[in-house]
Amino acid sequence: MRVDKFSLCATVVLIGALILAGPAAAIKIRAVFSVTGPASFLGDPEKKTAEMLVEQINAAGGINGEKIELIVYDTEGDATKTNLAVRKLITRDKVCAIIGPTRSGSSLAVVPLIEKYKIPQLSCAANYKIVHNEKTGKPYKWIFKTPQSDGLAVEAIYAHMQKRGISKIALLSVTSGFGAGGRQELLRLASQYGLTIVADEKYGPKDTDMTAQLTKIKGTAAQAIVNWSIGPVQVTVLRNWRDLGMRGVPFYQSHGFGSRKNIELAAGAAEGVFCPLGAMNVAEKLPAGHPQKQVTMQYLKDYKAKYNEPLSSFGGHAWDAIHMLVQAIQTAGCNKEKIRDNLEQITGFVGQHGVFNMSENDHNGLTKDAFQMVVVANGDWALAD
Amino acid sequence: MLRIRQTPITVFALLIGVFPLIAGRIAVIENYPDVMIFVGIYCLITIGLSLLMGYAGQISLGHAAFYGLGAYVSSILTTRYGINAWLGMGAAMTVTALVAFAVGAPSLKLKGHYLAMATLAFGIIVYIIFNEETAWTGGPDGMGGIPGLSLFGFEFDSVNRYYYLVWSIMLAVFCFTVNIIQSPAGRALRALHTSEAACGAMGVDVARLKVIVFVYSAVLASLAGSLYAHYMNFVNPSSFDINFAIKLLIMIALGGMHDIRGAVIGTFLISFLSLEWLHVFEDYESIVYGAILLVVTVFLPNGIAGLPTMAGRWLKHKSRG
Amino acid sequence: MRFRWSWLQTGIGPWPIENALMETTTFTSQLLQYLITGLTIGSIYSMVAIGFNIIYNVTEIINFAQGEFVMLGGLVMVTLHTVAGLNLLIAFPLAVGLVTLIGVLLDRLAIRPIRNPSVLTLIIATIAASILIKGAAMLIWGKNPHDLPAFSGRDPISFFGAVIQPQYLWVFGFLVLIVVILTLFFDKTIAGKAMSACADNPHAASLVGINVNRMILLSFILSAAIGATAGIIITPISLMEFDRGAMLAVKGFAAAILGGLGSFPGAVAGGLILGLIESLGAGLISSGYKDAFALLILLALLFFRPSGLLGNAQVSRIKRF
Repeated sequence: MRVDKFSLCATVVLIGALILAGPAAAIKIRAVFSVTGPASFLGDPEKKTAEMLVEQINAAGGINGEKIELIVYDTEGDATKTNLAVRKLITRDKVCAIIGPTRSGSSLAVVPLIEKYKIPQLSCAANYKIVHNEKTGKPYKWIFKTPQSDGLAVEAIYAHMQKRGISKIALLSVTSGFGAGGRQELLRLASQYGLTIVADEKYGPKDTDMTAQLTKIKGTAAQAIVNWSIGPVQVTVLRNWRDLGMRGVPFYQSHGFGSRKNIELAAGAAEGVFCPLGAMNVAEKLPAGHPQKQVTMQYLKDYKAKYNEPLSSFGGHAWDAIHMLVQAIQTAGCNKEKIRDNLEQITGFVGQHGVFNMSENDHNGLTKDAFQMVVVANGDWALAD
Repeated sequence: MLRIRQTPITVFALLIGVFPLIAGRIAVIENYPDVMIFVGIYCLITIGLSLLMGYAGQISLGHAAFYGLGAYVSSILTTRYGINAWLGMGAAMTVTALVAFAVGAPSLKLKGHYLAMATLAFGIIVYIIFNEETAWTGGPDGMGGIPGLSLFGFEFDSVNRYYYLVWSIMLAVFCFTVNIIQSPAGRALRALHTSEAACGAMGVDVARLKVIVFVYSAVLASLAGSLYAHYMNFVNPSSFDINFAIKLLIMIALGGMHDIRGAVIGTFLISFLSLEWLHVFEDYESIVYGAILLVVTVFLPNGIAGLPTMAGRWLKHKSRG
Repeated sequence: MRFRWSWLQTGIGPWPIENALMETTTFTSQLLQYLITGLTIGSIYSMVAIGFNIIYNVTEIINFAQGEFVMLGGLVMVTLHTVAGLNLLIAFPLAVGLVTLIGVLLDRLAIRPIRNPSVLTLIIATIAASILIKGAAMLIWGKNPHDLPAFSGRDPISFFGAVIQPQYLWVFGFLVLIVVILTLFFDKTIAGKAMSACADNPHAASLVGINVNRMILLSFILSAAIGATAGIIITPISLMEFDRGAMLAVKGFAAAILGGLGSFPGAVAGGLILGLIESLGAGLISSGYKDAFALLILLALLFFRPSGLLGNAQVSRIKRF
């Protein structure tokens, strides 16, 4: 075969020119999500949401005429990989801001890096320690996060229990960052709501059966069970609960239960289960006057149209992060210090998971009102009273 | 027989020395020194492990736990008790040596898969302890606030500084280990791998030798763990799980079991593949990784270090045929 | 729509719930429940362990992709039964058949092409294959877990105060079935006897005209089929997703070692014991440490009986690994 020399040269020149010119001036945002690996079922909807939103924003002309350039890096939920990715984003890619990571563990792992390199970050993980410097008692300067902290979910659950006159409860949690974070808050806040913990059981993230733990709880005086886990185990534990005939002991799930897929997988066992959820999970059920009705319905419609799969809470966290960041960039451009300041001053931002009011002392910006107490009825969410 | 010469090591050391200076000027590989820090840290573990597996012929799936012990002991001593980081590192190595002795002495009497299971069980138990003893380890959330390293007021606080620190330690350990292999004790080791019975008959205390190598490799893993913790300023249990133990095994097997240079090559390759190169494949990453491993295993059953021997044999075959 | 408390099917009536079903729970019924649950989980571990043994006996390797067979069994069944809507009686054998095909591919593409393999090289090949299979499964079935309908409904059976899911009975039933079929196979058929001969001494076996390669293929077929069966029957209990295999492989490996590698009664006993320790440990002592108890007991046992409970020390001596 003879290679046409001219076209070969032309191609080389063209590619070279493309590389040198690079894309037109764009605002560089990078997201670090665990798109594969053990937490991939969380990172996946986040990635899809982020890509969909950036597409929408760019189609509408970008931010002040500048297009957003978003690249999603896969952390695989691993602390070392997240560390490497974040340092690369900061020192090599010179980005304006970082969104993610997905998991509490990897988020906590990059706290020192973010603070050292002074770059605004919007984490999509739940643990309150991500934005709470235990030494100073104040938030880390550069870190914000969109998911409601575990403590808020715990308070929503405990308040509901208190209303129902429950005083003795059993805890179940998975031995992962998510489970441990929730368990810590459950233990810490119980006494404030007059609750006694009569059992504190755990299981592994890949366990096949939790009957033993539930049987132990069955032998105690627990009047309700709180379970803190994500993934398949949060469904298996429900089925075991049903099979053991424990429906008389109300079951509370964490906000990690927020996907209709879970109700479906529970094969009927989720009926009557309570969980605190952000508004987005129950968009159709919200009353017309609800402040979040419009944004949540819009997201639901767009996501369904593009990906044709049920929404997950975690996608909503990415939604909140992207939109708040875009709002901050609107007046700050790529000035990191200003983006940070703008983020801290966000008030009344209507998002998927609540109305955010950031401040110097609160880099999460949500209260327990960000949760609706929801119950599963007839295979769907219903607002609980 | 293996003979590692001085010249290649010197050349290698020089290359390592100039690498950050070159990489810093090329945008695409600007972050490679950062990756190389982890490569150096992993090399410390695989050098010891290769001595254990390739020379002493003992399989271990427990070295992720020794690595974790080093990291956690260092972190706990420096953050909770304010002990000097270098002293903490020494303490971590001592603790790990004791644990390795306690585990190794009875375990190394086991053979083959039984030994693999025993070390795997040990690894999982340690991993569970990291997760459960929240008061000490911070549980699955991990622990932060681990100080960086400094020496006589010189802070190893940038990527390049830490790079030189890690690689100086790694090269020192490499040379030391090479010396062991080429010493009379090393000869006993190699004899042990060829035939345990014959080695015993020659008057070598086989059981003792195995335990010594096991403890030595565990101490190196501990050192690596401490270096990891002080660089990341954060540790959590999932960095020390079974997956990591298996990854170490892959590094050694891929590079070539019977040669510690192979361990270094394997560590380079696997680290760069998993930390940097394979990311472009996104969701296909795992498939590509598996396929690469499979192809290398099938075509180079003795690892990459076995490549020259294979090529030589092939050439001889050609010239004869 | 507002939730009404009467929807909670307690049969007792709405709030308050102080008078719930608690008084029926006695310690004996609790204990019985732990035993039932432990035996069910244990049966699955036993099946995985049997799969390990079949391949080990012929090849001396531990097939790290064994857990992947289980995962594939469950997920292929999901596609055939739930998505394609095939009848259970058709979908079950079809799913097992398809996974068996993967077993054949594994042997043909990863094991057989390796020339002069060492045991460790072969193990690395199976690790590579497991990474590859896991990656492919993620692409095919996605990242979320999948469910299968229980074979005979989900109405639990009450048994002296304890509860048995109908699916548990299927699990026990299939374990018995597998044991019976394997016993008949090894005792009554030529192929089975040939396989046993290979297990005892491959060299001698090939001298008397047994095709060892064919026996290796057969061992992969059998072990894939058993793995797939385990996956299909466990999915209605615990769901299935692409990365479940590794955990089951580790448990199955522990069970095989506990019982004595290569021994089929050992695998059954090892699996059941492991399941019981986990369940009783979780129920009576600490659920956070349940996996650690099982492994500690395994370690202790190995220190006293280095060839497992029912393993044959004589046979394990002539094995390379």
